[in-house]
Amino acid sequence: MTEGHAAGEEVVRLAGVGKAYGRNAAVESVDLVLRAGEVVALVGHNGAGKSTLIKLMLGLIRPTAGSVAVLGEDPAPGRAARSRLELGYLPENVAFAPSMTGAEVLAFYARLKRQPVSRNADLLDRVGIAHAAGQRVGTYSKGMRQRLGLAQALLGSPRLLLLDEPTTGLDPDLRQGFYGIVRALRDGGACVLLSSHALPELEEHVDRIVVMDHGRKIADAAPWELRRRADLPVRIVATVPVDTTARSVIAIDPNLKWRLLSARTFEVTCPESRKAEIVRRIAVLPGRIDDIDIRAASLNDVYAAITGRAMPEQSEARMLGVAS
Amino acid sequence: MNAVATIAGREIRDALRNRWVVAATLVLCVFALSLAFLGSAPTGTVAASPLAVTAVSLSSLTIFLIPLIALLLSYDAVLGEIDRGTMALLLTYPVARWEVIVGKFLGHVAVLAFATLVGYGAAGLALWLTSESADPHAWQAFGAMVGSSVLLGAAFVALGYLVNTLVRDRGTAAGVAVGIWLVLVLVYDMALLGGLVADQGRFLTPGVLNWLLLLNPADAYRLFNLAGLSDVSTFSGLGGLSEQVRISPATLILALAAWAVLPLLLAILLFARKPV
Repeated sequence: MTEGHAAGEEVVRLAGVGKAYGRNAAVESVDLVLRAGEVVALVGHNGAGKSTLIKLMLGLIRPTAGSVAVLGEDPAPGRAARSRLELGYLPENVAFAPSMTGAEVLAFYARLKRQPVSRNADLLDRVGIAHAAGQRVGTYSKGMRQRLGLAQALLGSPRLLLLDEPTTGLDPDLRQGFYGIVRALRDGGACVLLSSHALPELEEHVDRIVVMDHGRKIADAAPWELRRRADLPVRIVATVPVDTTARSVIAIDPNLKWRLLSARTFEVTCPESRKAEIVRRIAVLPGRIDDIDIRAASLNDVYAAITGRAMPEQSEARMLGVAS
Repeated sequence: MNAVATIAGREIRDALRNRWVVAATLVLCVFALSLAFLGSAPTGTVAASPLAVTAVSLSSLTIFLIPLIALLLSYDAVLGEIDRGTMALLLTYPVARWEVIVGKFLGHVAVLAFATLVGYGAAGLALWLTSESADPHAWQAFGAMVGSSVLLGAAFVALGYLVNTLVRDRGTAAGVAVGIWLVLVLVYDMALLGGLVADQGRFLTPGVLNWLLLLNPADAYRLFNLAGLSDVSTFSGLGGLSEQVRISPATLILALAAWAVLPLLLAILLFARKPV
């Protein structure tokens, strides 16, 4: 138990994991490794197997195939006494006893995790609900309950955090605060797994995205890598010098779809793989380029391209009308 | 064991917050006081100790009230937490599943014990202050009544937990709890009496009857308080039955304790396999 917790150390290992309920497979032959110091997003439709994977890692359910190791232990009930002290979990839509105050709820969980209750005030402050510590949870807003849930997950500086839909109910400000906490945890060497529907906001905060579909892992890579693989159209908007003729711009590649947005502003749509080439050629047009704007496909579009389906609860309008 | 105490403590605090403790204590206190003063009126100034009479009438009331309170406390103890999502969270903590059940059970029994001791204790205290006689036997009967009431409550809390681990949703659990109350508190005795009349002693011999009475915690409690203690039995009107039924008070208390322990053990076993 004295090994150091160096970054990159294996925290979770799923090998050929399957979980079937009767004849229905919730999860099938999933291999997944999570390492210390990384933030991983678990995305997929409802019923794609995200929650099943998290429950398997928590030991709440047992796999029907393969093996699960969490913090070096089998998370089976009764066997994972040590690892449970180093694990934080935020369930989706948790509803704490409404008659208790936030401070009381956190004190209860701190005692169970054998942590000094005296540190709880700092924790409540960290998630931004210190002012409501003495109020009953029943009076909390959804965002405040979510932050109380996050506070209990942070008890005892866990090495592994499993957060199920952590940003639901949080406004954009609070989301930024939440990702700030996640960043600090990662920098501290913790491994954070978060399942989410809010794909576009994940991009800048996660190191890796694992895509689940129908119980199978269909992608597992960094956001930029996923984007490169999907090879979706990129939109480039360039404002060229006055003396550049439209003809010379279109001549870069007449087969691409060019659009004139104003007298000097062109828009072109090209595949991701040709992005660099097109930008380079626009840049060497005679004269001086005033402005260039490159808009890559959103992660929602990348997700849709990978799974063949649109992300549910997709709130943002698609940036591109072009189908791949 | 630390986790058990923590969980029991939360259960008690929650019951205090929800006014459960206050409500149960008040109900028991009001009934006990009214029985103590109204119920002892018929004895007038005869030799019968008002305390002993109160113990008898309170035990009749307890059979209806305590199981009801116990089942109300426990009918969704596990399913409610599963619905709220706190059970899955709790089980990711370094807590064993049996500790969750035992902790919650002890918390609920503590709430019930507090309500019973304070509610009935108030009646006992009022009688002690107003009556001259201090018959130690009557006090013994009263104390045994209060103690066995808590045990009866524990039995029904345990039954409530068993229901929680057997069914899947709270609505069903509530229905089954009501059914248990109706059957054990009301229907069982009626069926037994009907059976005795119809049977004319062919199969329902006193020996069989003994066993049948032990198979219901409410009857074990009733017999313990009405017939088990000689002083009280003379006032209870069921003296005739106590001649037929030869079960020692110790056996009756053991039966009550078994009714608290066995359903709880079964609930622990079933909860170990219950998907959360």
